[in-house]
Amino acid sequence: MKITEEQVRYVADLANLRLTPEEVSRMARDMESILGHIDKLNELDTTGVPAMAQVLFDAEETATLRADVEKATLPNEAALENAPQPGGGFFKVPKVIER
Amino acid sequence: MDIAKLTIEGIRAGLKAKQFTAREVCEAALNFAEAENPKTNAYLHFSPERALAAAEAVDAKLARGEDAGALAGVPVAVKDVIVTKGVRTTCGSRMLENFVPPYDATAVQRLEAAGGVIIGKANCDEFAMGSSNENSAFGPVRNPVDLERVPGGSSGGSAAVVAQGTAVVSLGSDTGGSIRQPASFCGVVGVTPTYGRVSRYGLVAFASSLDHIGPFGRNVKDAATLLEVIAGRDEMDATSAFAPVPRYAEAMTGDVRGMKIGLPKEYFAGLASETGDLIMKGVEALKKLGCEVKEVSLPATEWAISCYYIICTAEASSNLARYDGVKYTMRSADSKTLSDMYRNTRGDGFGAECKRRIMLGTYVLSHGYYDAYYLKAQRVRTLISRDFQNAFGEVDALITPVSPFPAFKLGEKLDDPLAMYLSDIYTITGDLAGIPCMSVPCGATAAGLPVGMQILTNHFQESQMFRLAEAFERAGGVAGA
Repeated sequence: MKITEEQVRYVADLANLRLTPEEVSRMARDMESILGHIDKLNELDTTGVPAMAQVLFDAEETATLRADVEKATLPNEAALENAPQPGGGFFKVPKVIER
Repeated sequence: MDIAKLTIEGIRAGLKAKQFTAREVCEAALNFAEAENPKTNAYLHFSPERALAAAEAVDAKLARGEDAGALAGVPVAVKDVIVTKGVRTTCGSRMLENFVPPYDATAVQRLEAAGGVIIGKANCDEFAMGSSNENSAFGPVRNPVDLERVPGGSSGGSAAVVAQGTAVVSLGSDTGGSIRQPASFCGVVGVTPTYGRVSRYGLVAFASSLDHIGPFGRNVKDAATLLEVIAGRDEMDATSAFAPVPRYAEAMTGDVRGMKIGLPKEYFAGLASETGDLIMKGVEALKKLGCEVKEVSLPATEWAISCYYIICTAEASSNLARYDGVKYTMRSADSKTLSDMYRNTRGDGFGAECKRRIMLGTYVLSHGYYDAYYLKAQRVRTLISRDFQNAFGEVDALITPVSPFPAFKLGEKLDDPLAMYLSDIYTITGDLAGIPCMSVPCGATAAGLPVGMQILTNHFQESQMFRLAEAFERAGGVAGA
């Protein structure tokens, strides 16, 4: 399987990941070798095998629902302590809407 | 008090006999850890204030004649992917270099409630992605057994501190072997419990369907005691199990006569090496203890690496999407638009391995590929899980190597990510099936490098696993063969 630099840039775009030109060419090589190995899975017939979407489920039905009791949540100041740019009790980000 | 050789039982006895106080143990551990750390870089940072407060609380309880808990006064290190309130938690990443969590992980709360004393945070591969601890943004960890070699990964720091004696026990995390492989490289005990046995609340997510928190110790009993303290249902993690937590010590009778052991033939094919020879010697020792050994087959093993690297990268790409410059400390300067801010922050904050896994995960989940990769891998995961269920219909436990080779030199495998992934073959299957598995020391190569033997049992059969491991340890390990 061939992975082109164009494909790498497309996927990086989906992942919101800036890559340098050197990283793009290295990534194309690495992805090609890893996906080349992974593609062998297609040789295995899995017709009729259910997907394992859950590792274990030993709970009684609905037992994972906790009691609907009001509890204190993380205070606003604590939630914002790690904010790169807090302001007015919010996380500030660059302008999204032009007006 | 020889701080490097203390055990949980030794500390309990010493506190009871008033040979030392918890504060004295804590100070000795902190001093020793700070002095040793330049050699190995196993700790990223220390938490002396929190540690001394915890130790003093233990001493106060003992002075009042109260029970101070199963881990009273025991120095513990915590892998830096597990959050600690008020103590920096970096995940070995530039992205979280200055992140100070506003809450404690459930495992951290429980171990402190039992009297444990957290002295510092252990180095690890960035976001727990790696098999050598060379992917930490804050420098690699060196193996205390041989400083030219890696300690294994991703919980390399957690294994190294226990081997070095700067902590008595530690917490690590395991997604594809990240506890067992470093335990085997450093010659200590490392345990990956059943999926859901320990709450993941406060474990920074890498691949949620595969992530486990588990203990390291210098002997089986210490690791089992730490697991017993942190295990059990937690309403903050919906996948945590309701199954009651047994008293593991009661299972460790030393008597394993009649226990049925399976050797999966797929794991031993082509293993003509010192590692293979040592594992077979370990099996001989188990036979002498009265175990019945037979060959079993896990036919889906050859598909496990592909299956694992689809599922773990897909889940990682999704879990790591939250690091976008909005909430978690780091934001790249000079980003004019929201989109630039996301891209620049992630481009600057993540290291090469994280980027590789985000890219692979995004690729396998992208439009048109979901069925061919993720869904296919989930079906293969069912086959791998069924193999184990079939095997456990015939035997009580499986014995395999942990890693195809012992600790390698720093830099030796860094340029070939596929080769590094392929070395995870013996450990990823247990994570995919969600069964308990552990590494127990099984001798050393001629060059003096430790080798670990892996024991796997069925879901929630940790007691059985510990019984076998402790009997092997008690009989002298491979020396008992």
